[in-house]
Amino acid sequence: MSVNPVTAGFSSLGRVVLDVTPALGRITLYMVHSFLWFLRPPFRWRLFTKEIVFVGNKSLFIVALTASFSGMVFAFQIYSGFTAFSVDSFVGPIVAIAVTKELAPVFCGLVVAGRCGAAMAAQIGSMKVTEQVDALEVMGVNSIQYLAVPKIFATVVSMPMLAGIYMLIANVGSYVVGTKILGIDASQYFAKASDFMKLTMIAEGLIKAAVFGYIISIVGTYQGFAVRGGAEGVGKGTNLAVVWGMILVLVIDFFLTAVLTKIL
Amino acid sequence: MENENQQNYTIEFKHVTKTFGDHTVLDGLDFKIHEGKITTLLGFSGAGKSTILKHILGIYHPTDGEVRVLDTNLTDLSDKEVRQFRTSFGMSFQYSALFDSMTNFENVAFPLREFTKLTEQEITAKVLKLMEQTGLEEHAFKKLPSEISGGMRKRVGLARALALEPKIMLYDEPTTGLDPITTHMVDDLIRTTHQRNAHIPMTTVIISHDIAATLRISDYVAFLEKGRVVEHSSVEQFKKSKNPVIQKFIELSTH
Repeated sequence: MSVNPVTAGFSSLGRVVLDVTPALGRITLYMVHSFLWFLRPPFRWRLFTKEIVFVGNKSLFIVALTASFSGMVFAFQIYSGFTAFSVDSFVGPIVAIAVTKELAPVFCGLVVAGRCGAAMAAQIGSMKVTEQVDALEVMGVNSIQYLAVPKIFATVVSMPMLAGIYMLIANVGSYVVGTKILGIDASQYFAKASDFMKLTMIAEGLIKAAVFGYIISIVGTYQGFAVRGGAEGVGKGTNLAVVWGMILVLVIDFFLTAVLTKIL
Repeated sequence: MENENQQNYTIEFKHVTKTFGDHTVLDGLDFKIHEGKITTLLGFSGAGKSTILKHILGIYHPTDGEVRVLDTNLTDLSDKEVRQFRTSFGMSFQYSALFDSMTNFENVAFPLREFTKLTEQEITAKVLKLMEQTGLEEHAFKKLPSEISGGMRKRVGLARALALEPKIMLYDEPTTGLDPITTHMVDDLIRTTHQRNAHIPMTTVIISHDIAATLRISDYVAFLEKGRVVEHSSVEQFKKSKNPVIQKFIELSTH
Protein backbone atom coordinates (compact mmCIF):
# COMPACT_ATOMS: atom_id res chain seq x y z
CA MET A 1 0.00 0.00 0.00
CA SER A 2 1.45 3.35 -1.03
CA VAL A 3 1.59 6.19 1.49
CA ASN A 4 0.56 9.65 0.39
CA PRO A 5 3.73 11.81 0.73
CA VAL A 6 1.68 14.78 1.99
CA THR A 7 0.10 12.64 4.72
CA ALA A 8 3.49 11.17 5.61
CA GLY A 9 4.97 14.67 5.80
CA PHE A 10 2.24 15.91 8.14
CA SER A 11 2.54 12.75 10.20
CA SER A 12 6.31 13.29 10.65
CA LEU A 13 5.75 16.93 11.51
CA GLY A 14 3.10 15.92 14.04
CA ARG A 15 5.48 13.46 15.68
CA VAL A 16 8.19 16.12 15.97
CA VAL A 17 5.72 18.56 17.54
CA LEU A 18 4.51 15.87 19.96
CA ASP A 19 8.12 15.12 20.96
CA VAL A 20 9.26 18.71 21.27
CA THR A 21 6.25 20.22 23.09
CA PRO A 22 6.51 18.18 26.32
CA ALA A 23 10.31 18.65 26.35
CA LEU A 24 9.85 22.43 26.08
CA GLY A 25 7.27 22.28 28.86
CA ARG A 26 9.63 20.29 31.10
CA ILE A 27 12.58 22.62 30.57
CA THR A 28 10.41 25.70 31.15
CA LEU A 29 9.16 24.18 34.39
CA TYR A 30 12.75 23.38 35.32
CA MET A 31 13.75 27.01 34.71
CA VAL A 32 10.91 28.21 36.95
CA HIS A 33 11.80 25.71 39.70
CA SER A 34 15.49 26.55 39.61
CA PHE A 35 14.68 30.28 39.84
CA LEU A 36 12.32 29.76 42.78
CA TRP A 37 14.90 27.60 44.58
CA PHE A 38 17.50 30.30 43.92
CA LEU A 39 15.35 32.73 45.91
CA ARG A 40 14.85 30.37 48.85
CA PRO A 41 17.40 30.03 51.65
CA PRO A 42 19.85 28.59 52.44
CA PHE A 43 22.19 30.21 49.97
CA ARG A 44 25.12 27.86 49.55
CA TRP A 45 28.14 30.18 49.32
CA ARG A 46 30.67 27.38 49.64
CA LEU A 47 29.21 25.50 46.66
CA PHE A 48 28.87 28.75 44.70
CA THR A 49 32.55 29.56 45.27
CA LYS A 50 33.55 26.04 44.23
CA GLU A 51 31.58 26.40 41.00
CA ILE A 52 33.01 29.87 40.30
CA VAL A 53 36.47 28.34 40.52
CA PHE A 54 35.44 25.51 38.19
CA VAL A 55 33.58 27.57 35.58
CA GLY A 56 35.56 30.79 35.76
CA ASN A 57 39.06 30.15 36.99
CA LYS A 58 39.58 26.79 35.33
CA SER A 59 38.25 28.02 31.96
CA LEU A 60 40.64 30.95 32.01
CA PHE A 61 43.52 29.25 30.21
CA ILE A 62 41.45 27.93 27.29
CA VAL A 63 39.59 31.25 27.02
CA ALA A 64 42.88 33.19 27.01
CA LEU A 65 44.34 30.87 24.38
CA THR A 66 41.24 31.15 22.16
CA ALA A 67 41.15 34.93 22.65
CA SER A 68 44.80 35.56 21.80
CA PHE A 69 44.75 33.46 18.61
CA SER A 70 41.35 34.60 17.41
CA GLY A 71 42.40 38.26 17.92
CA MET A 72 45.63 37.73 16.03
CA VAL A 73 44.02 35.77 13.18
CA PHE A 74 41.23 38.31 12.90
CA ALA A 75 43.77 41.14 12.56
CA PHE A 76 45.47 39.28 9.71
CA GLN A 77 42.18 38.56 7.91
CA ILE A 78 40.78 42.07 8.24
CA TYR A 79 44.10 43.59 7.20
CA SER A 80 44.36 41.46 4.04
CA GLY A 81 40.89 42.56 2.96
CA PHE A 82 41.20 46.23 3.99
CA THR A 83 44.60 46.93 2.36
CA ALA A 84 42.90 46.40 -1.03
CA PHE A 85 40.86 49.55 -0.30
CA SER A 86 43.70 51.33 1.56
CA VAL A 87 41.69 51.40 4.81
CA ASP A 88 44.07 49.25 6.86
CA SER A 89 43.91 51.77 9.72
CA PHE A 90 40.40 50.47 10.39
CA VAL A 91 41.73 47.07 11.50
CA GLY A 92 41.78 48.24 15.13
CA PRO A 93 38.14 49.38 15.41
CA ILE A 94 36.76 46.52 13.32
CA VAL A 95 38.52 43.89 15.43
CA ALA A 96 37.56 45.69 18.63
CA ILE A 97 33.88 45.90 17.69
CA ALA A 98 33.67 42.33 16.40
CA VAL A 99 35.48 40.92 19.42
CA THR A 100 33.52 42.94 21.96
CA LYS A 101 30.05 42.48 20.53
CA GLU A 102 30.29 38.98 19.06
CA LEU A 103 33.45 36.93 19.34
CA ALA A 104 33.98 37.29 23.09
CA PRO A 105 30.52 36.17 24.25
CA VAL A 106 30.05 33.53 21.52
CA PHE A 107 33.52 31.95 21.82
CA CYS A 108 33.33 31.99 25.62
CA GLY A 109 29.87 30.42 25.31
CA LEU A 110 31.16 27.64 23.08
CA VAL A 111 34.17 27.00 25.32
CA VAL A 112 32.08 26.94 28.51
CA ALA A 113 29.36 24.79 26.88
CA GLY A 114 32.00 22.25 25.84
CA ARG A 115 33.93 22.31 29.08
CA CYS A 116 31.43 23.06 31.84
CA GLY A 117 28.01 22.22 30.34
CA ALA A 118 29.29 18.70 29.69
CA ALA A 119 30.78 18.42 33.19
CA MET A 120 27.52 19.59 34.80
CA ALA A 121 25.48 16.99 32.92
CA ALA A 122 28.03 14.26 33.67
CA GLN A 123 28.24 15.07 37.38
CA ILE A 124 24.50 15.31 38.02
CA GLY A 125 23.78 12.40 35.65
CA SER A 126 26.19 10.04 37.40
CA MET A 127 24.78 11.14 40.77
CA LYS A 128 21.31 10.37 39.42
CA VAL A 129 22.13 6.83 38.27
CA THR A 130 23.95 6.01 41.51
CA GLU A 131 20.97 7.21 43.63
CA GLN A 132 22.94 10.14 45.11
CA VAL A 133 20.24 12.55 43.91
CA ASP A 134 17.60 10.33 45.57
CA ALA A 135 19.71 10.34 48.75
CA LEU A 136 19.62 14.15 48.81
CA GLU A 137 15.84 14.22 48.31
CA VAL A 138 15.22 11.54 50.94
CA MET A 139 17.27 13.57 53.41
CA GLY A 140 14.98 16.53 52.71
CA VAL A 141 17.51 18.47 50.63
CA ASN A 142 16.17 19.78 47.32
CA SER A 143 18.47 18.46 44.62
CA ILE A 144 17.86 21.41 42.27
CA GLN A 145 18.79 23.89 44.98
CA TYR A 146 21.81 21.92 46.12
CA LEU A 147 23.22 20.78 42.78
CA ALA A 148 21.90 23.09 40.06
CA VAL A 149 21.41 26.56 41.59
CA PRO A 150 25.10 27.12 42.56
CA LYS A 151 26.18 25.98 39.07
CA ILE A 152 23.67 28.23 37.29
CA PHE A 153 24.48 31.27 39.41
CA ALA A 154 28.24 30.70 39.12
CA THR A 155 28.04 30.36 35.32
CA VAL A 156 25.94 33.51 34.97
CA VAL A 157 28.49 35.42 37.08
CA SER A 158 31.60 33.84 35.50
CA MET A 159 30.68 34.24 31.85
CA PRO A 160 30.77 38.07 31.69
CA MET A 161 34.11 37.99 33.53
CA LEU A 162 35.50 35.48 31.02
CA ALA A 163 34.10 37.53 28.14
CA GLY A 164 35.72 40.69 29.58
CA ILE A 165 39.08 38.92 29.77
CA TYR A 166 38.56 37.57 26.25
CA MET A 167 37.89 41.12 24.95
CA LEU A 168 41.09 42.38 26.54
CA ILE A 169 43.37 39.56 25.36
CA ALA A 170 41.92 39.39 21.82
CA ASN A 171 42.39 43.14 21.38
CA VAL A 172 45.95 42.96 22.69
CA GLY A 173 46.64 40.07 20.25
CA SER A 174 45.18 42.07 17.38
CA TYR A 175 47.19 45.16 18.40
CA VAL A 176 50.45 43.21 18.54
CA VAL A 177 49.87 41.62 15.12
CA GLY A 178 48.56 44.87 13.61
CA THR A 179 51.35 47.13 14.81
CA LYS A 180 54.37 44.82 15.12
CA ILE A 181 53.83 42.47 12.16
CA LEU A 182 51.53 44.26 9.74
CA GLY A 183 53.05 47.68 10.31
CA ILE A 184 49.94 49.70 11.23
CA ASP A 185 50.81 52.85 13.09
CA ALA A 186 50.22 52.30 16.83
CA SER A 187 48.79 55.75 17.56
CA GLN A 188 46.43 55.50 14.58
CA TYR A 189 45.35 52.02 15.72
CA PHE A 190 44.37 53.35 19.14
CA ALA A 191 42.83 56.57 17.84
CA LYS A 192 40.55 54.81 15.36
CA ALA A 193 39.61 52.09 17.85
CA SER A 194 38.64 54.61 20.53
CA ASP A 195 36.69 56.67 17.97
CA PHE A 196 34.43 53.78 17.08
CA MET A 197 34.18 51.86 20.34
CA LYS A 198 31.36 52.70 22.73
CA LEU A 199 30.63 51.53 26.26
CA THR A 200 27.28 50.15 25.08
CA MET A 201 29.20 47.68 22.88
CA ILE A 202 31.01 46.33 25.93
CA ALA A 203 27.67 46.18 27.74
CA GLU A 204 26.17 44.25 24.81
CA GLY A 205 29.00 41.69 24.92
CA LEU A 206 28.74 41.26 28.69
CA ILE A 207 24.94 40.93 28.67
CA LYS A 208 25.16 38.30 25.94
CA ALA A 209 27.79 36.42 27.94
CA ALA A 210 25.57 36.37 31.04
CA VAL A 211 22.57 35.12 29.01
CA PHE A 212 24.69 32.41 27.38
CA GLY A 213 25.94 31.41 30.83
CA TYR A 214 22.35 30.99 31.98
CA ILE A 215 21.39 28.94 28.91
CA ILE A 216 24.47 26.68 29.07
CA SER A 217 24.05 25.95 32.77
CA ILE A 218 20.30 25.38 32.48
CA VAL A 219 20.82 22.91 29.60
CA GLY A 220 23.76 21.20 31.33
CA THR A 221 22.03 20.71 34.68
CA TYR A 222 18.68 19.81 33.07
CA GLN A 223 20.30 17.11 30.93
CA GLY A 224 21.98 15.78 34.09
CA PHE A 225 18.66 15.42 35.91
CA ALA A 226 17.07 13.93 32.78
CA VAL A 227 19.59 11.06 32.63
CA ARG A 228 18.03 7.59 32.56
CA GLY A 229 19.75 4.23 32.76
CA GLY A 230 23.42 3.74 33.54
CA ALA A 231 26.70 4.87 32.02
CA GLU A 232 25.19 4.99 28.53
CA GLY A 233 22.53 7.41 29.77
CA VAL A 234 25.19 9.64 31.35
CA GLY A 235 27.13 9.69 28.06
CA LYS A 236 24.00 10.56 26.13
CA GLY A 237 23.05 13.33 28.58
CA THR A 238 26.56 14.80 28.41
CA ASN A 239 26.49 14.76 24.63
CA LEU A 240 23.07 16.44 24.54
CA ALA A 241 24.24 19.11 26.98
CA VAL A 242 27.17 20.06 24.74
CA VAL A 243 25.25 19.90 21.45
CA TRP A 244 22.22 21.83 22.70
CA GLY A 245 24.35 24.27 24.67
CA MET A 246 26.31 25.19 21.55
CA ILE A 247 23.28 25.30 19.25
CA LEU A 248 21.37 27.52 21.65
CA VAL A 249 24.33 29.90 22.08
CA LEU A 250 24.42 30.43 18.32
CA VAL A 251 20.66 30.68 17.82
CA ILE A 252 20.00 32.91 20.82
CA ASP A 253 22.92 35.12 19.78
CA PHE A 254 21.00 36.04 16.63
CA PHE A 255 17.83 37.06 18.47
CA LEU A 256 19.73 38.73 21.30
CA THR A 257 21.73 40.79 18.81
CA ALA A 258 18.51 41.90 17.12
CA VAL A 259 17.04 42.99 20.47
CA LEU A 260 20.17 44.54 22.02
CA THR A 261 21.09 46.61 18.98
CA LYS A 262 17.66 48.22 19.23
CA ILE A 263 17.79 48.77 23.00
CA LEU A 264 21.41 49.87 23.49
CA MET B 1 -4.48 -13.39 65.57
CA GLU B 2 -3.07 -10.25 67.16
CA ASN B 3 -5.24 -7.83 69.02
CA GLU B 4 -4.94 -4.73 66.81
CA ASN B 5 -6.14 -2.38 69.57
CA GLN B 6 -3.07 -3.12 71.67
CA GLN B 7 -0.67 -2.35 68.82
CA ASN B 8 0.92 0.96 67.87
CA TYR B 9 1.54 1.56 64.22
CA THR B 10 4.04 3.95 62.67
CA ILE B 11 2.91 3.59 59.08
CA GLU B 12 -0.61 2.91 57.78
CA PHE B 13 -1.75 2.31 54.22
CA LYS B 14 -5.53 2.75 53.94
CA HIS B 15 -7.03 1.42 50.67
CA VAL B 16 -4.11 2.84 48.72
CA THR B 17 -4.22 2.63 44.95
CA LYS B 18 -1.42 3.94 42.78
CA THR B 19 -1.65 3.98 39.03
CA PHE B 20 0.79 5.18 36.37
CA GLY B 21 -1.28 5.74 33.25
CA ASP B 22 -3.12 2.47 32.67
CA HIS B 23 -0.79 0.49 34.90
CA THR B 24 -1.95 -0.17 38.46
CA VAL B 25 1.00 -0.74 40.79
CA LEU B 26 -0.77 -0.67 44.16
CA ASP B 27 -4.29 -2.00 44.16
CA GLY B 28 -6.34 -1.01 47.22
CA LEU B 29 -3.46 -1.71 49.58
CA ASP B 30 -4.30 -2.01 53.27
CA PHE B 31 -1.63 -2.67 55.84
CA LYS B 32 0.06 -1.28 58.92
CA ILE B 33 3.65 -1.35 60.09
CA HIS B 34 4.27 -1.94 63.80
CA GLU B 35 6.08 0.68 65.81
CA GLY B 36 9.52 -0.29 67.08
CA LYS B 37 9.65 -3.53 65.07
CA ILE B 38 11.52 -4.76 62.02
CA THR B 39 9.14 -5.34 59.12
CA THR B 40 10.35 -6.70 55.80
CA LEU B 41 8.44 -6.23 52.56
CA LEU B 42 8.99 -9.28 50.40
CA GLY B 43 7.79 -9.95 46.90
CA PHE B 44 8.69 -10.58 43.31
CA SER B 45 10.14 -7.82 41.14
CA GLY B 46 7.43 -5.39 40.09
CA ALA B 47 5.16 -6.32 43.01
CA GLY B 48 5.14 -2.70 44.22
CA LYS B 49 7.74 -2.75 47.02
CA SER B 50 9.67 0.32 45.85
CA THR B 51 6.41 2.18 45.20
CA ILE B 52 5.41 1.56 48.82
CA LEU B 53 8.77 2.93 49.96
CA LYS B 54 8.29 6.07 47.87
CA HIS B 55 4.82 6.56 49.38
CA ILE B 56 6.27 6.28 52.88
CA LEU B 57 8.85 8.94 52.00
CA GLY B 58 6.21 11.22 50.48
CA ILE B 59 7.88 11.09 47.04
CA TYR B 60 4.72 9.53 45.57
CA HIS B 61 1.19 10.39 46.58
CA PRO B 62 -1.57 7.78 46.29
CA THR B 63 -3.99 7.99 43.37
CA ASP B 64 -6.64 6.91 45.84
CA GLY B 65 -6.61 6.16 49.58
CA GLU B 66 -4.40 7.49 52.35
CA VAL B 67 -0.90 6.94 53.68
CA ARG B 68 -0.31 7.93 57.30
CA VAL B 69 3.23 8.08 58.64
CA LEU B 70 3.81 8.90 62.32
CA ASP B 71 0.12 9.88 62.45
CA THR B 72 0.51 12.39 59.62
CA ASN B 73 -1.18 12.25 56.24
CA LEU B 74 1.69 13.18 53.93
CA THR B 75 -0.70 14.40 51.23
CA ASP B 76 -1.76 17.23 53.58
CA LEU B 77 1.78 18.58 53.90
CA SER B 78 3.35 21.29 51.77
CA ASP B 79 6.58 20.58 49.89
CA LYS B 80 8.55 22.37 52.60
CA GLU B 81 6.81 20.40 55.37
CA VAL B 82 7.44 17.10 53.57
CA ARG B 83 11.15 17.93 53.34
CA GLN B 84 11.23 18.75 57.04
CA PHE B 85 9.26 15.59 57.77
CA ARG B 86 11.82 13.49 55.93
CA THR B 87 14.37 14.21 58.65
CA SER B 88 12.38 11.63 60.66
CA PHE B 89 13.59 9.00 58.18
CA GLY B 90 16.92 7.32 57.71
CA MET B 91 17.46 5.52 54.45
CA SER B 92 20.05 2.95 53.53
CA PHE B 93 20.25 2.59 49.74
CA GLN B 94 20.88 -0.54 47.72
CA TYR B 95 24.31 0.68 46.60
CA SER B 96 24.81 3.02 49.57
CA ALA B 97 24.39 6.21 47.45
CA LEU B 98 27.28 7.95 49.18
CA PHE B 99 28.29 11.33 47.76
CA ASP B 100 31.36 10.40 45.78
CA SER B 101 32.93 13.86 45.90
CA MET B 102 33.00 13.83 49.72
CA THR B 103 35.10 11.78 52.13
CA ASN B 104 33.33 9.15 54.23
CA PHE B 105 33.54 11.47 57.22
CA GLU B 106 31.92 14.32 55.28
CA ASN B 107 29.18 11.97 54.07
CA VAL B 108 28.21 11.14 57.65
CA ALA B 109 28.51 14.78 58.70
CA PHE B 110 26.33 15.97 55.79
CA PRO B 111 22.86 15.70 57.42
CA LEU B 112 24.20 17.21 60.64
CA ARG B 113 25.59 20.22 58.75
CA GLU B 114 22.36 20.59 56.77
CA PHE B 115 19.78 20.21 59.51
CA THR B 116 21.36 21.01 62.85
CA LYS B 117 23.03 24.03 64.39
CA LEU B 118 25.79 21.96 65.97
CA THR B 119 29.30 23.39 66.01
CA GLU B 120 32.01 21.68 63.93
CA GLN B 121 33.45 20.25 67.16
CA GLU B 122 30.10 18.73 68.14
CA ILE B 123 29.60 17.39 64.61
CA THR B 124 33.03 15.75 64.67
CA ALA B 125 32.27 14.12 68.03
CA LYS B 126 28.89 12.86 66.79
CA VAL B 127 30.31 11.52 63.51
CA LEU B 128 33.08 9.68 65.33
CA LYS B 129 30.50 8.11 67.63
CA LEU B 130 28.32 7.05 64.68
CA MET B 131 31.28 5.61 62.84
CA GLU B 132 32.29 3.67 65.92
CA GLN B 133 28.72 2.36 66.34
CA THR B 134 28.63 1.12 62.77
CA GLY B 135 32.04 -0.52 63.06
CA LEU B 136 33.98 1.83 60.80
CA GLU B 137 37.69 1.95 61.26
CA GLU B 138 39.57 5.21 61.54
CA HIS B 139 41.54 4.73 58.32
CA ALA B 140 38.27 4.95 56.34
CA PHE B 141 37.37 8.43 57.62
CA LYS B 142 39.47 10.47 55.21
CA LYS B 143 39.00 8.15 52.23
CA LEU B 144 36.51 8.63 49.42
CA PRO B 145 33.66 6.11 49.12
CA SER B 146 35.28 4.69 45.97
CA GLU B 147 38.38 3.76 48.01
CA ILE B 148 36.62 1.39 50.43
CA SER B 149 34.87 -1.98 50.07
CA GLY B 150 31.13 -2.50 49.46
CA GLY B 151 30.62 -3.67 53.05
CA MET B 152 32.37 -0.59 54.43
CA ARG B 153 30.27 1.63 52.17
CA LYS B 154 27.15 0.05 53.67
CA ARG B 155 28.43 0.99 57.11
CA VAL B 156 29.10 4.59 56.05
CA GLY B 157 25.63 4.78 54.46
CA LEU B 158 24.08 3.47 57.65
CA ALA B 159 26.05 5.91 59.82
CA ARG B 160 24.83 8.77 57.59
CA ALA B 161 21.24 7.54 57.79
CA LEU B 162 21.43 7.38 61.59
CA ALA B 163 22.93 10.85 62.02
CA LEU B 164 19.62 12.59 62.80
CA GLU B 165 18.36 9.75 65.04
CA PRO B 166 15.47 8.80 62.74
CA LYS B 167 12.21 7.34 64.02
CA ILE B 168 11.89 5.24 60.88
CA MET B 169 14.81 3.45 59.28
CA LEU B 170 14.33 2.25 55.71
CA TYR B 171 16.57 -0.25 53.94
CA ASP B 172 16.29 -0.76 50.19
CA GLU B 173 17.65 -4.19 49.22
CA PRO B 174 20.41 -3.98 51.86
CA THR B 175 22.24 -7.18 50.90
CA THR B 176 21.87 -7.23 47.12
CA GLY B 177 25.17 -7.95 45.38
CA LEU B 178 27.10 -8.69 48.57
CA ASP B 179 29.04 -11.87 49.35
CA PRO B 180 27.60 -14.22 52.05
CA ILE B 181 29.95 -13.04 54.79
CA THR B 182 29.24 -9.36 54.12
CA THR B 183 25.52 -10.20 53.89
CA HIS B 184 25.64 -11.64 57.40
CA MET B 185 27.58 -8.65 58.60
CA VAL B 186 24.94 -6.26 57.16
CA ASP B 187 22.12 -8.35 58.68
CA ASP B 188 23.77 -8.18 62.09
CA LEU B 189 24.32 -4.46 61.65
CA ILE B 190 20.62 -3.89 60.89
CA ARG B 191 19.58 -5.91 63.95
CA THR B 192 22.14 -4.26 66.24
CA THR B 193 21.23 -0.78 65.00
CA HIS B 194 17.57 -1.48 65.59
CA GLN B 195 18.18 -2.75 69.13
CA ARG B 196 20.53 0.11 69.98
CA ASN B 197 17.85 2.63 68.99
CA ALA B 198 14.97 0.84 70.73
CA HIS B 199 14.61 3.84 73.08
CA ILE B 200 13.42 6.09 70.20
CA PRO B 201 11.60 3.65 69.41
CA MET B 202 12.95 3.04 65.91
CA THR B 203 10.73 1.34 63.34
CA THR B 204 12.70 -0.53 60.69
CA VAL B 205 11.32 -1.28 57.24
CA ILE B 206 13.32 -3.43 54.85
CA ILE B 207 12.67 -4.10 51.20
CA SER B 208 14.22 -7.35 50.20
CA HIS B 209 14.29 -10.42 48.00
CA ASP B 210 16.51 -12.24 50.45
CA ILE B 211 14.23 -14.67 52.25
CA ALA B 212 16.97 -16.17 54.45
CA ALA B 213 18.02 -12.76 55.77
CA THR B 214 14.38 -11.76 56.20
CA LEU B 215 13.59 -14.76 58.34
CA ARG B 216 16.73 -14.22 60.38
CA ILE B 217 16.35 -10.55 61.31
CA SER B 218 12.69 -9.53 60.90
CA ASP B 219 9.89 -9.37 63.45
CA TYR B 220 7.17 -9.14 60.79
CA VAL B 221 6.97 -9.98 57.11
CA ALA B 222 4.59 -8.53 54.53
CA PHE B 223 4.41 -10.39 51.24
CA LEU B 224 3.32 -8.41 48.19
CA GLU B 225 1.82 -9.76 45.04
CA LYS B 226 0.42 -7.62 42.21
CA GLY B 227 0.13 -4.49 44.34
CA ARG B 228 -1.57 -6.16 47.31
CA VAL B 229 -0.32 -7.54 50.62
CA VAL B 230 -1.31 -11.20 50.51
CA GLU B 231 0.32 -12.09 53.84
CA HIS B 232 1.35 -9.92 56.76
CA SER B 233 2.36 -11.78 59.85
CA SER B 234 5.11 -12.51 62.33
CA VAL B 235 8.09 -14.45 60.99
CA GLU B 236 6.94 -17.65 62.71
CA GLN B 237 3.47 -17.43 61.16
CA PHE B 238 4.95 -16.49 57.80
CA LYS B 239 7.06 -19.64 57.71
CA LYS B 240 3.89 -21.68 58.16
CA SER B 241 1.92 -19.81 55.52
CA LYS B 242 -0.32 -21.98 53.38
CA ASN B 243 -0.24 -19.47 50.52
CA PRO B 244 1.16 -21.44 47.53
CA VAL B 245 2.96 -18.37 46.11
CA ILE B 246 4.75 -17.78 49.42
CA GLN B 247 5.62 -21.45 49.73
CA LYS B 248 7.04 -21.34 46.21
CA PHE B 249 8.97 -18.12 47.02
CA ILE B 250 10.47 -19.70 50.15
CA GLU B 251 11.23 -22.92 48.31
CA LEU B 252 12.95 -21.21 45.37
CA SER B 253 14.88 -18.82 47.60
CA THR B 254 16.25 -21.48 49.94
CA HIS B 255 17.44 -23.88 47.23
